[in-house]
Amino acid sequence: MDITILVNLSYIAASILFIVGLKMLGSPDTARKGNFLSSSGMLLAVLITLLDQNIVDYKYIAGALVAGSIVGYFAATKVKMTSMPEMVAIFNGFGGIASLLVGSAEYVSGTFDNPAFLGAIFLTVLIGGVTFTGSIVAYGKLSEVISGRPFLYKGQQFVNGLLVLSVLAVGANMLFIQGFISAEQTLILLLALAFLLGILFVVPIGGADMPVVIALLNSFSGLAACAAGFVILNNVLIVAGALVGASGLILTNIMCKAMNRSLANVLFSGFGAVTDSSNESSQEQGEVKPITAEDAYLILEAASSVLIVPGYGMAVAQAQHAVRELGELLEANGAEVKYAIHPVAGRMPGHMNVLLAEANVSYDVLVEPDDVNPIMETVDVCMVIGANDVVNPDAKDNDSSPIYGMPIIEVDNSKTVFVLKRSMASGFAGIQNPLFFKPNTRMLFGDAKETVSTLVSEFKA
Amino acid sequence: MESQIILLIFILVLSIFLGVELITKVPSTLHTPLMSGANAISGITLVGALLSSGSSEAITIALGTAAVFFASINVVGGYLVTNRMLSMFKKK
Repeated sequence: MDITILVNLSYIAASILFIVGLKMLGSPDTARKGNFLSSSGMLLAVLITLLDQNIVDYKYIAGALVAGSIVGYFAATKVKMTSMPEMVAIFNGFGGIASLLVGSAEYVSGTFDNPAFLGAIFLTVLIGGVTFTGSIVAYGKLSEVISGRPFLYKGQQFVNGLLVLSVLAVGANMLFIQGFISAEQTLILLLALAFLLGILFVVPIGGADMPVVIALLNSFSGLAACAAGFVILNNVLIVAGALVGASGLILTNIMCKAMNRSLANVLFSGFGAVTDSSNESSQEQGEVKPITAEDAYLILEAASSVLIVPGYGMAVAQAQHAVRELGELLEANGAEVKYAIHPVAGRMPGHMNVLLAEANVSYDVLVEPDDVNPIMETVDVCMVIGANDVVNPDAKDNDSSPIYGMPIIEVDNSKTVFVLKRSMASGFAGIQNPLFFKPNTRMLFGDAKETVSTLVSEFKA
Repeated sequence: MESQIILLIFILVLSIFLGVELITKVPSTLHTPLMSGANAISGITLVGALLSSGSSEAITIALGTAAVFFASINVVGGYLVTNRMLSMFKKK
């Protein structure tokens, strides 16, 4: 059999494995097997590519494969679950730069006459470059190496516009004019512009909006691979790249909806930089009612249904293991315990679910806002742990609030709300939370881990 | 050449629709593993990188080899960390 037929059949098989693998990610029961199938598809695609007769030397390939695998192995096994967003961000960047390098390699060695081919190279380098530097900045913001504050400057729109025009001019030179500047100069200029564009694209976006950014960059890394597929005329790159591109776009859309903001608003408004009107709603505040852990225990002990609402503050306090223990004790006491997870509760889509899974919380007790909001009146106690904006009733009641319209977990409709909080400081963007002043709300001040541990020991006593 | 590109665009369009159908069915619980798993899949660019790295021109080899390095971090790291996360999801 002709080797190219074998190679192409194997690429089809690899594509099928990716598709079935993603389909099996649709349920926690089959997800692990799905991931295995997907990785088998990748292995098959790589092995069959190595059979290509145009490969003259394997020693560089072998060296780079081994070195990359070692780095990947240690990154994957050592990373803390709280640092998952940073890791996904930097991996998106690596995918982007890999595609960029493939496009560049083809450009410096290829024929320059076909505009379709050159257009694909242009897109590969552009998207790959934006993904790379954009991901590095996102990584820096998430790991707090650089400030998470949105960075806005005067004339930003103008600079961005100029940059986009420059990119288009370089593209035109690359595709049609050719010779205005040399091929090498064109490539270097395009690289520089793509890198700059990636930086300027993410720098103005605040740390709190990074979940949207990494979902979008995830999509970009797929699209870069897709464009590279058009460069080397390879269908498996196109299929796999398109799947990733679609996945990232859907997650981006979900995150935007969960914050009730458009993608344009997230990308260009620098949310959190200008909102300094935090004291506007202060006239309607009432009295805050603190409660001790001992008194809270007595209420929890009598509760027959408890809803735990975790936020990223819970993970920062490393309280998830104590929370899981408290949940088990409450169940042993006869209460029904659920965890309500808001889509933006963690620092990337689904992050909170992973953090709770790591603490051995069973995934079938994790519910979404739409599941619990209709039955909120029947819940005896809501425990809000390290969450703030996602339970802010202003989102539905106060149309002058910056978060008005954002879907929330309506804990204020339950019989009693406990808010575990370090102090009265407001959440991100300095938005006041009237929940704290509601008659059915009790504040449990202090470190979330200590508070929950005290409750646990009360139950055990 | 042109007909081949049209065929590839055809594949692209169908793949995007398929991707949207598949991904909308993934529950929010699994969105983080979905993202890291998708990330690993985007390392498919490794296939192109291997071909560049194995060429005979020095500059292409250099660029291709760097691409193989980054793409294999993406692939190996992405699949392993996804597996690590998914192994934590348990039902009572």
